[in-house]
Parts: sequence; C-alpha cells; structure tokens
Amino acid sequence: MNKLFQAIRQTQIWKSIFRHSYPDTPRNRTLAVLSNFFLHLHPVKVRRSGINLSYTWCMGGLTFFLFLVETITGLLLMFYYRPTAEYAYQDIFALRENVPLGLMREAHRWAAHLMVITVWLHMYRVFLTGSYKPPREFNWNVGVILLVLTLLLSFTGYLLPWDQLAVWAVTVGTNMARATPFLGHEGPGAALLSIGGLDLVHAGSDVRFGLLAGRFVGEGTLLRFYVLHCVGFPLIAATLMAIHFWRVRKDGGISGPL
Amino acid sequence: MGDAIKNFVDWLTQPTLYFTLSTVAILAILKYRKYTTKISVIIGTFVVGIAFLAFAWGDTNFNRIITKPDNIPIIILLAAVLYFSWLSLRRAYLNDERMKQGMPPLEGDAGKQKVHTWPDLVYVELICLVLFTAFLLFWSIGVQAPIEEPAATARTPNPSKAPWYFLGLQELLVYFDPWLAGVLLPTFIVVGLMAIPYIDKNPKGNGYYTFEERAFSVTFYWVGFLLFWISFIILGTFLRGPNWSFFGPFEYWDLHKLAPEMNVDVSTYFWVKLLDMPRPANIFLRESPGLALLGVWFFIIPKVLERPIMAKLYDGDRSNLVRYHVMMHLLLWFGLIPVKMLLRWTVDLKYIVGIPEWFLNV
Ligand code: HEM
Repeated sequence: MNKLFQAIRQTQIWKSIFRHSYPDTPRNRTLAVLSNFFLHLHPVKVRRSGINLSYTWCMGGLTFFLFLVETITGLLLMFYYRPTAEYAYQDIFALRENVPLGLMREAHRWAAHLMVITVWLHMYRVFLTGSYKPPREFNWNVGVILLVLTLLLSFTGYLLPWDQLAVWAVTVGTNMARATPFLGHEGPGAALLSIGGLDLVHAGSDVRFGLLAGRFVGEGTLLRFYVLHCVGFPLIAATLMAIHFWRVRKDGGISGPL
Repeated sequence: MGDAIKNFVDWLTQPTLYFTLSTVAILAILKYRKYTTKISVIIGTFVVGIAFLAFAWGDTNFNRIITKPDNIPIIILLAAVLYFSWLSLRRAYLNDERMKQGMPPLEGDAGKQKVHTWPDLVYVELICLVLFTAFLLFWSIGVQAPIEEPAATARTPNPSKAPWYFLGLQELLVYFDPWLAGVLLPTFIVVGLMAIPYIDKNPKGNGYYTFEERAFSVTFYWVGFLLFWISFIILGTFLRGPNWSFFGPFEYWDLHKLAPEMNVDVSTYFWVKLLDMPRPANIFLRESPGLALLGVWFFIIPKVLERPIMAKLYDGDRSNLVRYHVMMHLLLWFGLIPVKMLLRWTVDLKYIVGIPEWFLNV
C-alpha cells in the first residue's frame, strides 16, 4: 500500500498538481496553503483565537458551506423542474415519487432554512465581538447585503413548489410592496403622482406589479422568481462572498484583541 | 395537573405578558450575568426545555404545530440562539473579570500566537463539514419536505403566514400599516445595520467578547435581535392562528375566534373625548395633536438629549453631530414599536396620525 502511494507521488501527474511533499514541515505547510487554489483563500498562518470555535462559532464558514450545498443540490433540482404553472407543482411532486435520490429537495430546503439561521448567528457573533469596528466597517456592510441576499434567495425559492403554502406566503410578503411610499398604489404619496387626473401609480403599474409581473402571484411571478433564484441572486451573492472573504484577509484576518 | 400547566402556559403566552416577561428576562439575564452565565444555568435551561417539549408533545393542538416540518428549523433556531447568547455572555463576563484584574481577555493570549492554516484550521473546517453533511443527510432522510395542495389563487388559507424568517415583520402589521411594517421599518433595519460601524465610535471591545466595555451596544443588540426578531418569530409561529388572532400553544385554532376591534385614533381621543366636539374637517387641523406628538418624538427629544448623549458617546465633540442625529432617528423609529405596542394594549390606540385619505397612517 505504502509503496503504491509512493509510486503515485512520484508520477509526473501528481507532481504537476501538488508542488510539495506531505505537509508536516513548516515549509511544506506553507506551500500546502499557497499552492492550492482553494486553501489559498486562507492566510498561511492564523491567530489561534481566530480558529477557536467558541470565538467564531464557525458560523461564517458554515454559511458558506451551506451556500455550496445549496448550489449543488439546486443544480440537481434544476434538471427536474420546469418553472411553469402547468408543470412546477407536478415536477416537485414527481421528485418525491419517481426520482432516485429525490432527497435533493429535502436537502435543499433544510439547508436553506439552516443557512438563514447560521447567517443570523454569524452576524450576532460579529457584532458581539465588535468585529465591525475599524478596519472592518466595509466588510460588515458587505455582510449586511449578503444577509439581505440570503433572505431574498430563500424567499424567491419558497414560491417555486407552486403549492398553497408557497403562493400564499409569497402573496403575504409581496402585498407589502403595494404600500411602498410613492411607488405602490396604496402607499402614501402615490396619489400625488398623477398628470391631469390620470394616476401614474395604480395596481397595474406600481412596484408590486413589477415584482409579480401581474396584479397577483401568477405564472409571470413564477418565472421571474425562478430566474432570480437560480441565476440572479446566486451570482450576486457569490461575487459578494468573494469580496467578503478577500476583505477578511485584507483587514488583517479574523479579528482579535490588539 | 397537566391541564393546569397547559392553562397556565396559555395564559402566560398572551402577547402582552409574553412580551413584557421576555423584556424583563433579557434585561435580568444581562444584569445578573454573574449567575446566569454559570454552566448549570444553560444545562438547566435545556433540560427544562426538553422536558417541556416532551410533555407538550402529547397535546393534540401543540403537536399539530410543532410537527410541521417547516417548524423544525425554528426549534433549532431557538436552541442555537439560547446557547450562543449564553456562550457569548459567559465569555464576556469572564473577559470583564480578567480585565479588571489586569489580565488580557481570553482571546488575548491566543491572539498573539499564530498557527499554520494547514493543518490547524483546515482540520477544524473538515470536521465541521463532515458533521454538518451527516446532520443534513439524516434530517433529509428523516423528514420529508412539505408539499401542500396545488396553488389555487381563489382559496386563501387562514392564517396566511409569511415564511418564518419574516414573521417578525408580519407581527408588526398588528401595530402598523404595511407602508411602515413592510417597507419603511425593514428599510431602516438594513440601513441601520449598515450604519452601525460608522455610528459606534467606541474603540473598545474590538476582537473579544465583553459586556462592560460596550454595555449599551450589547444590550441594544440583545433587545433588537432576541426580543424584536427571534421572540416575534416564536410568537408568529406558535401563537398566531386564524385571522392572526392569538392562541395559546395548547389552544384549539378556532376559526371563529375574533378579538373585538375597538381601537381609537389620537385625533378622536383629542377632539371627541377630550374637547367633546366633532373632529374638524381639515385634515391638518384634525391630525394636529398626533402630528404634534410625532414632532416631539422625532425633533424635540433628540434636541433635548443632544448634550448629555453627545457628551457620553462622543466626548462632546461636535464633529460627531451627524452621527448622533442619524443614530437618534434610527433609535426613535425603533422605539416607536414598543411605544405603539404599549399604547395599543393600554388605551386601544389605533393611529397616532391617521390620514387614510392618503394612506398615511402612523
Ligand atoms: C452569505 C453570508 C455570509 C457568509 C458566507 C460569510 C462568511 C464569512 C466568513 C467565512 C468569515 C470568516 C470568519 C468567521 O467565520 O466568522 C466572515 C467574517 C466576517 N463576516 Fe461574514 N459571512 C456572511 C454574512 C455576513 C453578515 C450578514 C455580516 C454582518 C452583517 C458579516 C460580517 C462579517 C465580518 C465583519 C467579518 C470579519 C469578522 C472578523 O474579522 O472577526 N458577514 N464571514
């Protein structure tokens, strides 16, 4: 066995991938991090306090992990799901009955719930350790946007099963938009926006209409939420996460007392 | 015995008591942190919690809510929030004691040492990853994701609930119109969160848990997060039934339970009840008492408190005036929530300023 491993490690293929031998010396441990694209997210050395579980609660890392789980399970779900009023419900239903490893829907849903929880707890810990204080003010702001995106991802996904639960939860949520000041047809100030007695903001032109692609949650909404859920928000979130992680390092690594 | 406990819990959880008790509990936990951060406290809490769950499980009404698959995350949330709040306060208490004796905080010694990412960090990440994957798999095998009947826009379920993470906002709808509860206040939450690092100029408590060095900030976050967010989610999930009426955890969700609506506007209180005359037709005149109250709240109070708070937070440095006013306005919007809740419970107040003509009700 050992010999086999030895032999593999001597091949040109192995050597082209890993440019160091087993990382048990300081030099090789440094190289392990520097020459691996994924580990390269980390600095070579970290403060002991930064990896202490009772300090970070591991919540940022877990949020990221759950985001990856969502990406993978979501991709698999996309193979089976058609975002139309005709098929959506049927496809979700069939997933349970007919598809091997139909577990994906469960994993996707529970991980999504968990991600909301972990992102809140991550923020809680960042606040309680004062880690938003200089020089990390900007990264806190990136975080707040990530928080909003996490909730939006979850909310847009909630509609996709196209059952009673989904449609009505989203109806309750988006009903708020009709009361947006100036932009919703039942919002304060909307009545002021009229030309010659003609209302500019009405049920067929306000923000809620734009959100739902209609006057109520319908097929247009489903498509709109689907595109945002599967493409729009994940792209923005992934980009911001890259910035977030990069910033953690640029701001001097995970916070600790000076 | 069992019924007595159930009735007691139903009584205890009515919104007024529930909210008041939660407030007192949170403040007391912070104040008596010397005792509440003991390890026995958290163990005791979990033992009592689990015992209660086991007891309540047998109740049909309670069981119906608790076994909804989508409510499992809320139990996890509750347990996690309890544990981590306790943990952070414990570390804060220990740190404060250490610093009083001239020692660095717990994070201090560890912060000086540096360790290699490989293997020290990578293996922690790996263990977390494996454990969580296993946990997720078990959960996914054990509990099926819910699917209800196909969407039918004609049949409104009662109650219609927003997804659980927005239930805090839905609860606000009891006290505020949608333009505040659903649009303005959420916007202020996001803007307020983003403003925090620029408002808080206290250089202490950066990179370690502490309570005493940041007593106001920590209390603020506990109240905002635990009381107005988490406890509202619990309330919205377990205690709100058809028509958003209140139901105790062991109470049957009766579709016809209707709380009488007898709420009164400030304008009615002032013109009709106090001056014994009809409300004036002119909108501004009619609403002038309410507008005056809001004026005092949003303009006079910040002005009066300017000196003492500026002195305390910013050493009286006038260049921080913008910080102060932004903070005050955000805090006053936030403070409007408990004020309105209290007024609703005590004097059936509906709107402070009520101009339904323009959809402008506060
Ligand atoms: C999708 C959401 C998010 C992901 C994946 C994420 C991930 C991470 C990770 C992996 C870290 C490293 C330290 C740790 O694990 O605690 C971190 C640090 C940090 N995060 Fe996040 N985060 C997210 C959302 C947020 C939110 C909502 C906030 C605050 C509003 C935030 C603010 C910060 C700050 C200020 C740091 C630096 C903390 C320090 O240096 O101690 N992040 N984040």
